[in-house]
Amino acid sequence: MSGPLISARKLVKRFGDFTAVDGIDIEVAPGESFGFLGPNGAGKSSTMRMIGCVSPVTDGELRIFGLDPATDGRQIRARMGVVPQSDQLDGELTVEENLVLYGRYFDIPRAESRRRTAELLDFVQLTDRAKSRVEPLSGGMKRRVTIARSLINEPELLLLDEPTTGLDPQARHILWDRLYRLKQRGVTLVITTHYMDEAEQLCDRLVVMDRGQIAAEGSPRQLIERYSTREVLELRYPAGTNEARSTDLVDIGERVEVLPDRVLIYADDGEAALSQVHARGSYPESALVRRSSLEDVFLHLTGRSLVE
Amino acid sequence: MLSTPAPVRVWEHNFAVYRRIWRSNVLGAFVQPLLYLLGMGLGVGALVDRGTNSLELLDGLSYFAFIAPALLATTAMMVSSQEALWPVIEAFMWSNSYRSMAATPLSPGQIVSGVALWQATRAAIAVTGVAIVLTFFDETRSLGLLLTIPFGALTGLAFSVPLTAWSSTRNTETSFPSIQRFVIVPLFLFGGAFYPIDQLPGWMQPIAKATPLWHGVQLCRDAVLHRLELSDTLAHVGVLIAFVVAGLAVCRITYARRLAE
Repeated sequence: MSGPLISARKLVKRFGDFTAVDGIDIEVAPGESFGFLGPNGAGKSSTMRMIGCVSPVTDGELRIFGLDPATDGRQIRARMGVVPQSDQLDGELTVEENLVLYGRYFDIPRAESRRRTAELLDFVQLTDRAKSRVEPLSGGMKRRVTIARSLINEPELLLLDEPTTGLDPQARHILWDRLYRLKQRGVTLVITTHYMDEAEQLCDRLVVMDRGQIAAEGSPRQLIERYSTREVLELRYPAGTNEARSTDLVDIGERVEVLPDRVLIYADDGEAALSQVHARGSYPESALVRRSSLEDVFLHLTGRSLVE
Repeated sequence: MLSTPAPVRVWEHNFAVYRRIWRSNVLGAFVQPLLYLLGMGLGVGALVDRGTNSLELLDGLSYFAFIAPALLATTAMMVSSQEALWPVIEAFMWSNSYRSMAATPLSPGQIVSGVALWQATRAAIAVTGVAIVLTFFDETRSLGLLLTIPFGALTGLAFSVPLTAWSSTRNTETSFPSIQRFVIVPLFLFGGAFYPIDQLPGWMQPIAKATPLWHGVQLCRDAVLHRLELSDTLAHVGVLIAFVVAGLAVCRITYARRLAE
């Protein structure tokens, strides 16, 4: 198919008086891995549910595979995989049964559904758990089962709503690795996350959402270049004194942000900025120079931290 | 590729879960009706049958023959009503299995049909259990028992589908015990299972006849005792089907609305 896999124009979702998604424009190309980054309540999940053809569009235009969810929802869903925010597995059934039965919802014949299940469990490295009940599995394993389940219909497009929320670092890395492999196979990924590292790992391009609108769009690198500096100097002063200590520092670097727990100085050369701080006789309890991240982009765009 | 009807594919999920628990279920399915029949049928029956005009009041039947077939219908009602309360709210709110289904090509209407198909199956399984118990007794050993399986399934659906419409709009289970206390138990007591409803005060009789249970009880009793008449049978079946159809229409709306939230 030529043209975008997903296109939205002035897309709106309202629940009564509340506008969850407020006129967003997006385009996702086939094979791309696209992210929605934003805090809770930014409108990411509402957008995903519209793309997933379960929640009707309030206003604006949405096309997936060139089809309209309002009339062709069933056909679109047949070609799409969904990894919901919370696992929706049947804890009483085995890992294998969960997948085979889910395949049946797509009218995949039982034998074929079994064959694909075996293949997918191998892909998510859970073959040895095929016969275990789902309920006692760890959070990371359940997520992997959910991802395997979402692939049973061999989707061209995979929607992942906060795929690694609540997982430990090791489990997150395993998941990222699997998702990266899917991307290499040409599956288009659409991901929502409020983790900057996740967006940087997985997304070719992303939009930063805030209060139902798109605040910025670009690749992670572009966004960092556009809205932040190369490095960030993080200073910690004794609790409650950040505001007072930072007044002397406001002209160091390009910009200074005072957060409740630390002071951030945006500068291309963090070490040089730290020398300037010391030169002014200010000695914080700790100082750290790091590379700029999407969190800084978000902070700059909205004035708020992503995870509050 | 040979396609399977969507409601059957939804049903397969419920069946898979049931397969894990049926063992704990099956003993109860035999023991309960057996205890009930011994207690009510033989115990109370011994008193009733001694009454001077009991045969006349019970339409020529012994008390045992009167109440035993009704047990088929009341069991169907009990089992399928259960299936329409907690499992529905569970699937919407806890396991989210309806949401899983809605993310696939299944439509809300197909999900509803699959749920109803499963409720009918549960009722049919339970009724079969009772029917087997009834073959132990001379008075109720009858080929008509075979017919009571579809009749029982239909009776169950006439309860479970309208109840499902209601429970699909609930966010908590707090009202479910009241449903059992104020809907199911009164029906059980006043639906013509334990005594002919012409024993009730005149104003209550039309109410009893409007409930699905009375129709289910009549169908099962007539089938077991070889007294089915075409016009009555059609009327009873028609009323039960009306309850199911109306319930399905409402369920389609409530499911579609809730799954779009």
